[in-house]
Amino acid sequence: MPDVTLTVDGKKLTAPAGTLLIEACKSAGIEIPSFCYYPNLSLQGACRMCLVKIEKMPKLQTACTTVVTEGMIVTSDNEEVRQARKSMVELLLGNHPLDCPVCDAGGECELQDMTFSYGAAESKYMEAKNHKDEQQWSPVVFFDRPRCILCYRCVRVCGEGMDVWALGVQNRGVSSIIAPNKEDHLECEECGMCIDICPVGALTSGAYRYKTRPWEMKHVGTICTHCGDGCKTTLGVRRSDSGMEIVRGDNRDKSGINNDFLCIKGRYAFDFAHHPDRLMQPLIRKNGKLTPANWEEAFELIGKRFAEIRDHDGMIGVVGSSRITNEEAYLLSKFARVVLKTNNVDHHRTADFPALAAALSGKPDSTATMREVYDAPAILLIGNNPTDQHPLLAWQIRNNVRLHRSRLYLINSQTIKLGRQAAGFTQIPAGTEGKVAAYLAGDDAAVEAIITEKNSRETWNALREKLRGEQKLVIIFGSEIRGNDVAVLVKFGSGVHGAKFVCLADYANSRGAADMGLYPDLLPGYHRVADTGKFHDEWTSIPATTGLTLPEMVDAAKASKLKALYVVGANPIGRLGLDPFLFSKTFVVVQEMFLTETAFMADVVLPAANAYEKSGTFTNTCGDLQILKKAGEVTGTKSDFEMIVRIADAMGFDVHKLVPFGAGERTDMGQSRGAQSGEADRHAVWLEARGLEPKMSPLEPTAILDEIQRLVPGYDFSRINLLAGNDQHTTLANSGPGAIQKPELIVPANDNLFSSGTLGRYSKALHSVMESRTQQTSEVAAD
Amino acid sequence: MASLVSHPDEVKVVSRRFGQGATNIDRYLELDGYKAVQKAFAMEPDAIINEVKNSGLRGRGGAGFSTGMKWSFVPKQSAKPKYVLCNGDESEPGTCKDRLIFEHDPHAVIEGVMIAALAVGSQTGYIYIRGEYRYLSIIMQKALADAYARGFLGKNIFGSGRDLDIYWHGGAGAYEVGEESALMESLEGKRGIPRIRPPFPAVVGLWGGPTVINNAETLASVPHIILGGAEWYAKVGTPKNGGTRLFCLSGNLEKPGVYELPMGYNLRKMIYEVGGGIPNGRELKAVVPGGSSTPVLLPEEIDISMDFDSVAKAGSMLGSGGVVVLDDTNCIVKFALRTMKFYRHESCGWCIPCREGTDWLEKTLTRFHAGGGLKKDIDNIQYLSENMLGRTFCPLGDAAAMPTIAFVKKFRKEFEDHLEGRPCPFERAGAVEQLPVLA
Ligand SMILES: Cc1cc2nc3c(=O)[nH]c(=O)nc-3n(C[C@H](O)[C@H](O)[C@H](O)COP(=O)(O)O)c2cc1C
Ligand code: SF4
Ligand code: SF4
Ligand code: SF4
Ligand code: SF4
Ligand code: FES
Repeated sequence: MPDVTLTVDGKKLTAPAGTLLIEACKSAGIEIPSFCYYPNLSLQGACRMCLVKIEKMPKLQTACTTVVTEGMIVTSDNEEVRQARKSMVELLLGNHPLDCPVCDAGGECELQDMTFSYGAAESKYMEAKNHKDEQQWSPVVFFDRPRCILCYRCVRVCGEGMDVWALGVQNRGVSSIIAPNKEDHLECEECGMCIDICPVGALTSGAYRYKTRPWEMKHVGTICTHCGDGCKTTLGVRRSDSGMEIVRGDNRDKSGINNDFLCIKGRYAFDFAHHPDRLMQPLIRKNGKLTPANWEEAFELIGKRFAEIRDHDGMIGVVGSSRITNEEAYLLSKFARVVLKTNNVDHHRTADFPALAAALSGKPDSTATMREVYDAPAILLIGNNPTDQHPLLAWQIRNNVRLHRSRLYLINSQTIKLGRQAAGFTQIPAGTEGKVAAYLAGDDAAVEAIITEKNSRETWNALREKLRGEQKLVIIFGSEIRGNDVAVLVKFGSGVHGAKFVCLADYANSRGAADMGLYPDLLPGYHRVADTGKFHDEWTSIPATTGLTLPEMVDAAKASKLKALYVVGANPIGRLGLDPFLFSKTFVVVQEMFLTETAFMADVVLPAANAYEKSGTFTNTCGDLQILKKAGEVTGTKSDFEMIVRIADAMGFDVHKLVPFGAGERTDMGQSRGAQSGEADRHAVWLEARGLEPKMSPLEPTAILDEIQRLVPGYDFSRINLLAGNDQHTTLANSGPGAIQKPELIVPANDNLFSSGTLGRYSKALHSVMESRTQQTSEVAAD
Repeated sequence: MASLVSHPDEVKVVSRRFGQGATNIDRYLELDGYKAVQKAFAMEPDAIINEVKNSGLRGRGGAGFSTGMKWSFVPKQSAKPKYVLCNGDESEPGTCKDRLIFEHDPHAVIEGVMIAALAVGSQTGYIYIRGEYRYLSIIMQKALADAYARGFLGKNIFGSGRDLDIYWHGGAGAYEVGEESALMESLEGKRGIPRIRPPFPAVVGLWGGPTVINNAETLASVPHIILGGAEWYAKVGTPKNGGTRLFCLSGNLEKPGVYELPMGYNLRKMIYEVGGGIPNGRELKAVVPGGSSTPVLLPEEIDISMDFDSVAKAGSMLGSGGVVVLDDTNCIVKFALRTMKFYRHESCGWCIPCREGTDWLEKTLTRFHAGGGLKKDIDNIQYLSENMLGRTFCPLGDAAAMPTIAFVKKFRKEFEDHLEGRPCPFERAGAVEQLPVLA
């Protein structure tokens, strides 16, 4: 449709036909006030704030429900319009409690802003206000009823956006009230989207309410540290006795791949960082007991022991993490090979990225970004339950279907919630995902395994035909598809025009851990250790034989062959349920936040900072690279990056060979300034734009980012974009050849909406929600 | 059951069968029942619409929109089913006419819906009956069952090869659900909250299909127009205001009741002759001409023709035909308060100005009437109402604001008489709890 020309306040504007007047004005820099209007949610016309004068219309019209028409002449700001807005605010304030001084939203409240703008400062109202008591709806959602202005945003975001439909309106007239789905409480996904979207302080967060005033916080934009989806989040931090405390997580910066979205973990589960059990001092085992020590002592001991063992050809194992930054994972991978001289490196694998890299080698543009999942005209999802395991991905899919009418094809052994959005849901027998891939790729015989009472050969044939006919299909698969099945699925995708893939892994930097080569047989970028090439040139002296996988290290420990184990942010003993005495003959060093099962039996425990407390980068499950900003700080902890460098140093290794630091201008990037660096590090952006080098110390992770950009295929992104906070897609097309490895090593984390591995165990917010659930179930059972 | 009244000036069209036992389908058939619909079968849909247009019939629900015109907006072709709705939610204070139609002549409503369905090409009709009219639902239920039993409804009606189903639906007790789009929401099983327009019901209505919605009286008039002809019907009224209307006379009158009078009948005559004048020798103080939503008229303003255009010219509205007469024993402040109580109670709460405005006005008027008023309250009441007017999501907000503005403007003196702790001059001493005066 051709564009429409209209005039607003004498300005000529053009907008695509079908645009809402409020949006057309916004894009021309004319702000129309609104409460109930919210982009991408259904229209309400309820608050009447957006009234404007349209020529030839006798009454003022709502800009939020009016579609632009050719030649429309609009006045958005005259006496009549201003008076209308003023009186709306006046009317709202009539029954509003005006407890701004103690309200959570004070200072960031749209009602305050409107009152300020339209000057309804003098109150005409002198009647008693209607009062309704405050309610707690769940451990994390509180409702202060008198503050509600009935904009219905919460109702819509919960229903339309989350597909939970837990909120509604009760009663009518001035007694109208927002109500939760279970009489006096909520049973829902606890995402807190309703809180975030509330323009006033009516819905408040159990984790944050009455904790601080908004202006007392610094706001740091960083990336969520929980699942593999990589939501951008804004952390509100405040000085505390032990450093910088994170007091709030929300989503005020809507520029991220997650747009409006955060799930319960991203919004509330930052609280593990200030759990009282947090380690704040190194521990060294003395006389059988873990005893507080200082850093120098600890590094000296580790350096000495690691060097001895290495020099006596003793076996050393390294276990990395899926929650450390790319820089740390890369450094650890390099440290193992170059300093410890071993390929015994592994991590908890939750997806088969090496197989995907192998299958996509030489195929550019074949992985989808998280943003593309929201735009793709068609999506095929095999396995996984994104609502639980990938909340953002589920949001993208759901809202793509709702707003862009994307066709969702679901193939799953369970009936999952996304089935409600699916154009077609095909249930398969458990464990037959690989057969599905084979059948789709053209192996007609494979259909036998997936024919069920409901799905005949013909159904499958019809589905395959439909999928083959799609364009720009995004094919998403969970850990059910692994090993050779990945290549088979990719083969099917090659036959679909413009198809792209997303491989689902479970932790915040699972993808980065894989890309950075935390594998016994693979270097960063899926280069085989056995092949020669640029890593061998740069790193020099990489051991040529494939190292041990994690289970093999365990076996070696059982046989008393493993002399040292270096665990960075992982808990293999807890996760695999191992006998802690297994490692009694091994010198074990653990970098951790808490005394996990693994840390508990270590010889040295180093207190680590988490991803909210350091800068660096994460790569999400789609391959979108994003920057982390240091937000919180707990005195006494160090980043894994710093600890690795310090250990190398203590081993007598020339750290210049590990981290290429010190060239160029001497200035730093915010690692030390932390929260003061603001939401986008403007200082760093400025340096980058002028070609100045920010590397000043070997403890500065950007120092190694250069090397990553240079050596890891797919990571040759724009540094300035990264620093500005923009997500950038890395590709697997030019990776090393990858490998088909032991698929049995892939074990999904199986976290649900309310759990998150070790971090989840130390999050009060997640606990309180889970506890409230069990209580309620027992209550129901008692009925 | 309400007893029927009559007056020689009446022209009985819609009320023709009142008191004749026409709830019985055989009796209805004897009284020319279901003849109009059979005649309509022989007509082209456009011919039916034209006939209704030419009759000058205007909606009896309140807004007075040309019925034929409304029907002509329904698209001929539609992918979605089309619907005809009869609005029998009658809840406007002062209005009690649809109830007589349902009580005495339910088949006329059914027949009207049928003709409308033929005209717009619909196969489904709904008759929505006010929640409080439970006993009328029972009458309607039986009438529908009888019509089905005779083959007038259902498959192949009157052997015409056409199918038509009509259902009744009861409200749950909300004035707002009489608003056409809220009625559709309610029919769909949702909260009774109006919809954003455009799109208008004729294009996107019930379940998203093109929909005609008319008042029960409007629809009950249609069979008479088809049988008697547009020309005859139009001539009964005034130009542009065809036919008759059921006027509901209430308040301080000798002979209150529902009278069917030609459109354009003089209001003074209506009060003093048809209604028998003011009892007990009292003086006329004010008249609400068209239901509680319409601005009040002063005694010197009642020499008007009761048709949509003339009453509008006089600054009020013909509305739903509820003529409420007040004598000089009535307190206007109390009347304004009573009116606002109604709107506050019935506001659906969807939009700010109506939800908050009616609450605020009711509170202020309560205090004011009890003697707690300040001079600036009078201006405030007017300011508030004027700021609601024309800015609410649906016309209920206007319905609350318009009469209030008129009360203040036309009876300012009476408001002033309540000021500064003075007891209401119309109440016997001690009848109103005195509130403290606010500084
Ligand atoms: C608040 C409100 C209440 C209404 N109540 C009724 C009602 O009870 N009955 C009715 O016929 N129309 C009512 N209307 C008018 C309807 O919206 C609609 O205009 C009417 O049913 C159309 O029928 P007509 O063209 O035959 O008058 C109401 C309108 C509003 C704004
Ligand atoms: S927390 Fe999320 S799921 Fe729960 S009511 Fe709010 S929006 Fe809905
Ligand atoms: S609780 Fe907040 S978001 Fe929900 S309707 Fe009230 S003001 Fe709007
Ligand atoms: S979806 Fe994942 S990345 Fe986003 S907030 Fe939730 S846990 Fe964090
Ligand atoms: S004016 Fe607003 S609050 Fe009042 S009934 Fe209409 S929609 Fe509801
Ligand atoms: S923003 Fe338009 S009515 Fe609320």
